[in-house]
Amino acid sequence: MYYIDPHLHMVSRTTDDYETLAKMGCVAISEPAFWAGFDRGSGESFRDYFRQLTEVEPKRAAQYGIQHFTWLCINAKEAENVELSREVLKIIPEFLDCPNVLGIGEIGLNKNTKNEAIIFQEHMELAIAHQQQVLIHTPHLEDKYQGTRMILDMLGEHSIDRSRVLVDHVEEHTVGPVLEAGYWAGMTLYPVTKCTPSRAVDIIERHGAERLCVNSAGDWGPSKPTAVPDLVLEMRRRGHKESLIKKVVYDNPRDFFRQSKNFNLENPAER
Amino acid sequence: MNSNEILDREFLEIRAKILEVAAALDRIERADGDVSTDPRMKLIADAIEVIAGEHSDPIRAEKIQLLFSRAYDEQWRTEFSIASRF
Repeated sequence: MYYIDPHLHMVSRTTDDYETLAKMGCVAISEPAFWAGFDRGSGESFRDYFRQLTEVEPKRAAQYGIQHFTWLCINAKEAENVELSREVLKIIPEFLDCPNVLGIGEIGLNKNTKNEAIIFQEHMELAIAHQQQVLIHTPHLEDKYQGTRMILDMLGEHSIDRSRVLVDHVEEHTVGPVLEAGYWAGMTLYPVTKCTPSRAVDIIERHGAERLCVNSAGDWGPSKPTAVPDLVLEMRRRGHKESLIKKVVYDNPRDFFRQSKNFNLENPAER
Repeated sequence: MNSNEILDREFLEIRAKILEVAAALDRIERADGDVSTDPRMKLIADAIEVIAGEHSDPIRAEKIQLLFSRAYDEQWRTEFSIASRF
């Protein structure tokens, strides 16, 4: 089955991973800007990173027939540094017209601090000023519930079209409020700290498949870039229809992304 | 799948996961030191109670997620002195 991984940090993965993804049916990836595993020292580091996301990765992906899309921001962890964040916020508009940029992301909260909240709001203002879609990171583990509620509070203050916002990394206790508020939701398949494929399918069964996406969020930490096919297998084992599986792993991310003017997905069946 | 089919499929997995939890708790207790007052041990005990308890609505996973979560304070903006933007 063809699928799209809507959240995958390929700058941290090897070319062999691109090959494996292609063999498993992945036709497109979206890569949000994120934390490199260390705090960067200047805005210029981010300019280089944004060039990597808009110039280098699309070429690497294309070698395996995968389309590469991206989102730009300073991530929630480094957003604690307000001065650096504002430097980066000034750089982002230079890249918004690059052909693979879908919007602003993954912005959000990490430890739910005041500085993170300030920079989240400034990202939202940038997104609205430039008519960009938004992809949002929610915090990890014990901070997720509090942070997700804070993010929903802040989103509710903006005039942005809710159908152009995806709140990511939802789990059992946060998926309901996100979907009920009219946003898209993403589930991340992580071996220990987020959803397993089984629990993600449970969430689909409980909440339905409308505005719900699933991703691997593969990065430099413990993660599995081919986790989406694991969910496909779990859905098949439970007897779900192929049309429902395709909706979750292909139609839904396509429908969310296609609201961006830069999303030019080639139909894999017509290649 | 009906509940019997799911139980057939999941029984050995559940058994294995329960054994992993039991063995990990044994390992902690066997080791030097004392964690009996560590709040994480209370969280684990409470979570096990949620699993074992009766539920009119099957939301054990959601309840356990909330158990392991920090509380949300609606007044967080006041604490941070951040005014609503609009």
